[in-house]
Amino acid sequence: MKILVAVKRVIDYNVQIRVKEDGSGIVTDNVKMSTNPPDDNAIEEAVKIKEAGKATEVVAISVGEEKAQETVRKALAVGADRGILVKAEGTVEPLAVSKILQKIVEKEKPDLVFMGKQAIDDDCNQTGQMLAALLNWPQATFASKIKVKEKSLEVTREIDEGLETIEVNVPAIVTCDLRLNEPRYASLPNIMKAKKKQIEQINASDLGIDTKPRIDQIKVEEPPKRKAGIKVASVEELVQKLKNEAKVI
Amino acid sequence: MSVLLIVEHNNKEVKPFTFNAISAASQINEDVNVLVLGYNSDTVAKSISECPNVKKVIHINNELYENYLAENYSSVIIKLSEGYSHIICSANTFGKNLMPRIAALLDVSQVSDITKVISEDTFIRPIYAGNAFATVKSNDKIKCITIRPTSFDPAPSSGGSAEIQNGEPGDATELSKFIKKEEIKSDRPELGTARVVVSGGRGMQSGENFKLITAVADKLNAAIGASRAAVDAGYITNDHQVGQTGKVVVPDLYIAVGISGAIQHLAGMKESKVIVAINKDGEAPIFSVADYGLEADLFDALPKFLEELNKLNTIQK
Repeated sequence: MKILVAVKRVIDYNVQIRVKEDGSGIVTDNVKMSTNPPDDNAIEEAVKIKEAGKATEVVAISVGEEKAQETVRKALAVGADRGILVKAEGTVEPLAVSKILQKIVEKEKPDLVFMGKQAIDDDCNQTGQMLAALLNWPQATFASKIKVKEKSLEVTREIDEGLETIEVNVPAIVTCDLRLNEPRYASLPNIMKAKKKQIEQINASDLGIDTKPRIDQIKVEEPPKRKAGIKVASVEELVQKLKNEAKVI
Repeated sequence: MSVLLIVEHNNKEVKPFTFNAISAASQINEDVNVLVLGYNSDTVAKSISECPNVKKVIHINNELYENYLAENYSSVIIKLSEGYSHIICSANTFGKNLMPRIAALLDVSQVSDITKVISEDTFIRPIYAGNAFATVKSNDKIKCITIRPTSFDPAPSSGGSAEIQNGEPGDATELSKFIKKEEIKSDRPELGTARVVVSGGRGMQSGENFKLITAVADKLNAAIGASRAAVDAGYITNDHQVGQTGKVVVPDLYIAVGISGAIQHLAGMKESKVIVAINKDGEAPIFSVADYGLEADLFDALPKFLEELNKLNTIQK
């Protein structure tokens, strides 16, 4: 079995986001970038399945600018066998990403495609489901447990009401929750080894995919600031304030 | 042109966030048609037809839709989509799973999780865990939109009598199969719609200690929330998680106990009307969004808090 894992380069989850003064977007210059957190879980799961002898190859792919190579390289350092970078400039919407991934899937013929359930930059939560639709494959979104069976996966999904278990036929798309596993850190020897692994570079335009955004971003603003609150000295004062000032209890 | 809204239900009852989605749909276009895909789901179709915002109910009653699978849902929705200008559902785990599958089949770039309707093609949506808000304009012929339920008041659930039309099922895809749902039953208000939420974080130190939270929540008729750290540590189940990748809540009162206030947690609760933080670390970021901060050991503060609440003559429900 072959597993393709999609990873995205995003602003690190610990960075305090700043909106550009002209409202055209988010400040990204000199900001720390990392792998989208649930994409780390996706790689980890694929590598674990391979280590368990149930997969033969793990291929990491990213769509984005040249620097997204770092994100692919990181996936190689934690166990992916080889990488692919599809180069595209600027914002690439989930629909375009899923069309690019569709082309790659047609070429690479993986049995499974894993990725994080949501990117923490645009918070769209679309790409996996869109790719599943384009390929007419089943989808198991928000996965917190995956059991590999002969020709199917049994996946436990985190849903609003609790947990749901579904079975999807292989080939399938799985989008991963942060609770799926504990991603490993790359060891120094593995980081060195990853430098020798191959990353194939492809231009999105060579795949015949138009990555021009369909949605116009008119402006980006900061959220309204909450007015500063107060510190109360005691539980008694807190209850009095909630009762008589805020009038919420 | 009109709006097709996908109803979330369990074959018996309409899920409450559907009414928030209907209210957003009505702001886009008053001609709101709703689709009920279910099995033995007549009561659902009947009940949603009583929402005065609904102009028509399309009910497809078939075994195929006994359990919600995006594969089966999307294939029939595509067939029905012709003539609609917008397809809408809630941005909860139901809609997040479903809508992109529809959008891709229609070759539409979806607009996720909108918090405001500016016009029929322009919307506001949070990005970067709500640390920025983008105004976006969709240029696709059909607009596929998920709405953040807590940003819209629910539409009324009675007073209307829309026509119910029966529809034909789509093809069975047989790509996936439902096995089971482990639903956590509770007599408490739902986390997403509760007036008061009491949440615990890593500071609770154990699942057992959540009984301190439960006692306060009982008194305030509150829902119980949690940070991701508390869920990851196994103190409480995932359906309680509030945050960027959990639930977004906007209660009148949010009480954060032993929660440091990571950006990802704030994303799920910082729009609450009144925020209380109880934490022994005075530097914890949660205090920056709290209206009332109490720097104290929660193991002293929570029992005292309950004691003080017990002294009050009346408590709002």
